[in-house]
Amino acid sequence: MKKYAEEHEWVELDGDTAVIGISAYAAEQLGDLVYADLPDVGREVDAGESVVALESVKTASEVYTPCSGKITAVNESLGDDPELVSREPEGGGWLFKMQVSDPAPLESLMDQAAYEEFTKQ
Amino acid sequence: MADKTALHGLHLELGAKMTPFAGYDMPLHYKDGMKREHLHCREAAGLFDVSHMGQFMVSGPGLAQALEAMVPADLEALADNQQVYTLFLNEGGGILDDLIITRWSEERFFVVVNAACKRQDLEHLRQGLPEPISVEEMGQQALLALQGPKAPEVMQGLAPDSLKLSFMRGAHLPLLDTECYVTRSGYTGEDGFEISAPPAVAERLARHLLDLDEVAPMGLGARDSLRLEAGLCLYGHDMNTETTPLEASLAWTVAKDRRQGGGRPGGFPGAERIFQHMADGVARKRVGLKVTGRVPAREGAELQDGQGKAVGTVCSGGFAPSLGQPVAMAYVDLGLAKPDTELQAMVRDKAHPATVTKMPFVPHRYHHG
Repeated sequence: MKKYAEEHEWVELDGDTAVIGISAYAAEQLGDLVYADLPDVGREVDAGESVVALESVKTASEVYTPCSGKITAVNESLGDDPELVSREPEGGGWLFKMQVSDPAPLESLMDQAAYEEFTKQ
Repeated sequence: MADKTALHGLHLELGAKMTPFAGYDMPLHYKDGMKREHLHCREAAGLFDVSHMGQFMVSGPGLAQALEAMVPADLEALADNQQVYTLFLNEGGGILDDLIITRWSEERFFVVVNAACKRQDLEHLRQGLPEPISVEEMGQQALLALQGPKAPEVMQGLAPDSLKLSFMRGAHLPLLDTECYVTRSGYTGEDGFEISAPPAVAERLARHLLDLDEVAPMGLGARDSLRLEAGLCLYGHDMNTETTPLEASLAWTVAKDRRQGGGRPGGFPGAERIFQHMADGVARKRVGLKVTGRVPAREGAELQDGQGKAVGTVCSGGFAPSLGQPVAMAYVDLGLAKPDTELQAMVRDKAHPATVTKMPFVPHRYHHG
């Protein structure tokens, strides 16, 4: 099940592998993306750490990992087509995968209904 | 509570994403997004609401001479309905604001200044000009900019006489039966017009223009990326009170007649320092940069030489939609200011190769008549 962080990342956990991206709401706020600065595979990251920078025409926005662990893959398609994040933020436009060392922080994240409520505030 | 322009309701109706800017609630972009807006302006025509800018009417005898004591332009040479880009300077030659002065007549000059500086500029003008010259803010007067290669054909239907204007010339013309002041100018590098319009007609005029297929609404985002590609300075970023015209690569704003050896040398604030810069050179200069790859080097990014030594700072930077690559303006040590000099722009601790490039990045297409 997809869960959402207050910083507008989504995370989908399968076993100990998490896929992470940004929400459709966040993608719309960012506008036209021109570059996704993705992390190196193998990097160890801590929950709350800035892992990705998304560059739009106007600004750079950081994406924070909602959990700790090791980066196992990044979305290579974004190299040629960063706008995939804008078009399919919660599908083909995922950002990175990681092996989660501690799933506990994920439990406090919002489900889709709670997140939708959160973005309306 | 933020100020609103006469077109505020229209921006909301068009689905604009609004942003606070210089005390105003302004459109950042509309539904198409900044990149499409930007490209539309380069290919067809874009309509900008720039009513947040300050519009002043300066009136009185001896105006050209009195204003020349405040700016380095040659105002004595201005004909009626001719305009000039110039700078307010402080005593140290630092830039207080950039502005456009248009001579309506010998005793009436129309002045347009940046939104963020308008209070301060109004005070500056009132203090700097002698009695009985008066400076009046033109209230809620709207200012629309129609920019792009199709701007002339759009204006053809609205005010055919506007097509007779060449770059930096203006005229009082009736638009939708209301007298407006139209100039052939703008800040995108494209051919285009700026229309100073009474608030009562502003929305009707904007709707009339936006109804045409050629015209799309443009937000502040596209305005910024367009002026960056055109190599045009944004006050508070590419110049400020700490930069002089020579450092800002704006030496051309110091008119020939106002320079040493000219007919009326000096007599404007900071002239001494500027003449000193002209004689001795400056230590740093504003240049253009093309950044390799797709990572924009934005304002504040450090520039390094091949040895990793800090040699400058980006003042404006972003992705240039017309070029499909990042570009920037930066202040660099004079020795590294020559075109084709290779530098490194530091973004998130990584070095991205950046090449000093002659500006504008995208050629200007002004109508010189």
